[in-house]
Amino acid sequence: MTSTAEASVETNADDEGPLLDVRDLRTYFKTDDGIVKAVDGVSFSVKPGETLGVVGESGCGKSVTMMSILSLNPKPGRMRLDDRSTPGAQMQSFLRESKKYTSISTGQALFRGEDLLQASKRRLRKVRGSEISMIFQDPMTSLNPVHTVGDQLIEAVLMHRDVTSREARELAIEGLNEVGIPRAERRVDDYPHQFSGGMRQRVMIAMALINDPALLIADEPTTALDVTTQAQILGLMKQLQEEHGTAVVMITHDLGVIAEIADDVAVMYAARVAEQSPVYSLFERPLHPYTWGLLGSLPRLEVELERLTQIAGQPPSLLNPPSGCRFNPRCSYAFDRCLRELPEATPASFDPEHLDACFLDEATKVEESARLAAALALAEETGMSVPPETRSP
Amino acid sequence: MFQYLVRRTLWAGVLFLGVTLITYVLFFLLPADPARLAAGKSATAEDVARVSHQLGLDRPVYEQYGLFLKHLVIDQSLGRSYANRRSVNEMITEAAPVTIGLVVGGAILWMLIALPIGILSALRPRSLLDRGAMIFVLVGISAPVVWIGLLLQYFVGYKWGLTPNAGYCDVINPPEGQTCGGPWDWFYHMILPWMTFAILFAAIYARMIRANVMDTLGEDYVRTARAKGVPERQVISRHVLRNALLPVVTMLGLDIGIALGGAIFTEAIFNLPGLGRLALNSVLNLDLPTLQGVIVFATLAIIVLNLIVDVLYAYIDPRIRLT
Repeated sequence: MTSTAEASVETNADDEGPLLDVRDLRTYFKTDDGIVKAVDGVSFSVKPGETLGVVGESGCGKSVTMMSILSLNPKPGRMRLDDRSTPGAQMQSFLRESKKYTSISTGQALFRGEDLLQASKRRLRKVRGSEISMIFQDPMTSLNPVHTVGDQLIEAVLMHRDVTSREARELAIEGLNEVGIPRAERRVDDYPHQFSGGMRQRVMIAMALINDPALLIADEPTTALDVTTQAQILGLMKQLQEEHGTAVVMITHDLGVIAEIADDVAVMYAARVAEQSPVYSLFERPLHPYTWGLLGSLPRLEVELERLTQIAGQPPSLLNPPSGCRFNPRCSYAFDRCLRELPEATPASFDPEHLDACFLDEATKVEESARLAAALALAEETGMSVPPETRSP
Repeated sequence: MFQYLVRRTLWAGVLFLGVTLITYVLFFLLPADPARLAAGKSATAEDVARVSHQLGLDRPVYEQYGLFLKHLVIDQSLGRSYANRRSVNEMITEAAPVTIGLVVGGAILWMLIALPIGILSALRPRSLLDRGAMIFVLVGISAPVVWIGLLLQYFVGYKWGLTPNAGYCDVINPPEGQTCGGPWDWFYHMILPWMTFAILFAAIYARMIRANVMDTLGEDYVRTARAKGVPERQVISRHVLRNALLPVVTMLGLDIGIALGGAIFTEAIFNLPGLGRLALNSVLNLDLPTLQGVIVFATLAIIVLNLIVDVLYAYIDPRIRLT
């Protein structure tokens, strides 16, 4: 099944090369209000067997990024970029001229070296559900109500494996057993509405893992569940990931989930990656002002607050993002360069794996980061809230 | 399930009583005397009184209604027509097959038109096909049935001579003296009525199916199916259509039930001896028993089809359980 990937695998021949390497991904949508630049130059990578947490607020492009990789956006178009103008301008004119397509993605999504953005429809269908699987936010609506869960699992098996339907059924039961559904051999013939939310998400996980994919994309898999169930589902995912050796991209807006499960983190803001680093480094020494805001707004059990601390302002419209750094309208550190230029992600001098897209000089970032950590520690000690503005006047 | 059917049947009885009672009351509110009409033009006042007594019209309304129910329950009889003294049961038995043929054939035709149009235009919104289809829908919904019928009659029947203009042929045993009969003649004569009858519904259904399919295409489980690598064709057939067409089944059952009460316009234009024409004539003749007969039949048709739809729905939608 991986034969097509082998030819182009030489570029990252060593085993530690990334499983998924996304480079300068852009996805634009045509809407009645104009062209939405939902993903605008996103790069990140996922190592085999590891977990990348993608965090950011609603509408920052987390889900669209992942949907783009598998061409699951509505009516996705294809185009080749040339050097005549910027990629963004070429994509906008493509969408304006096209009657058939409502979305367009450019860039590269290298999965084992193979660019999925250039893959044929047939090849994509083979990748989906067998090499890369997805689970979604709302388990209540993600399963088809008129087919039994067994039929839906069996469909996933038969789509990718050459087995009889009897064998597929056995695999389905086995899969349900593995995700902890009691009496699986009987529940396999039940319909989705006969399962609770948590159980349905288990079914979704079973369906995603049934063909042993190399990569599992989980789009806020615990958001719609209550807290106890969330913990169970996260635990289950972690356990299955270790058993299957699956790499996971965990999309979430919950930093707690990230701390729990991720090896690496990408913080997204307004269609771009603000900061990417190993998880310990992000929590220990966050370098982007937006990340500081996120961490400062985390509710803590030890701290009593009237209101949660928040980042001032609203996330920008992706129809018309602000010029320069997209965080500049909300950033108290912004200076004139931030208003003119779009920062690219650059590695920190102390850790080449820790990237952030911010023009502040590193000394200031490290200093401010330490101040934030101190403020948070103080807050925990005293039970007082972190002041929303951690910067001295 | 059994309990459910019993309860539904009891409710049907209540509904039935309500509908027939209302017909009676409305009928007697009309400022006209059926006895005078039945007695004929040259009848004297005494004649009218005699006829009135014969027909039972001199009794109070509730007594007449009681008698109607008594005859219906004990003799299974709907009485005799005021106008020509024929048995209403017989008249209904003659007229019902005509209407059933018109409605069922029409329903098949409108689904044959609406399904492909609705599905294809949902899959390609804003395409040429979609825009064309939506113009058809707009015309089909706005154009009066009578106008469509007359146009078809004029062009297809008269100008081009492709089909008969009007009239009805019995399928199985044509009565003596009738010039035509048998399945082919029946079919041939029904083509225009079917088309006339189907256009409005085809338009309504095409629009409904299009909306349902478009809604369903946006469902999360459709995305799930695509994400697991199901080919688009199978996504549509297995995951989209199955869900999108569920509500259409309900609508179809209800609409057929309602139409069985008589497709009055279509029957009138093409001179079909169906229930609609029977109802129309009985209103003009102030012929209460016949009118009541048509209403009884229509009510039963609606009640039975509703029940069938509900039971069928429990089979095709696993979320529904009849309790």
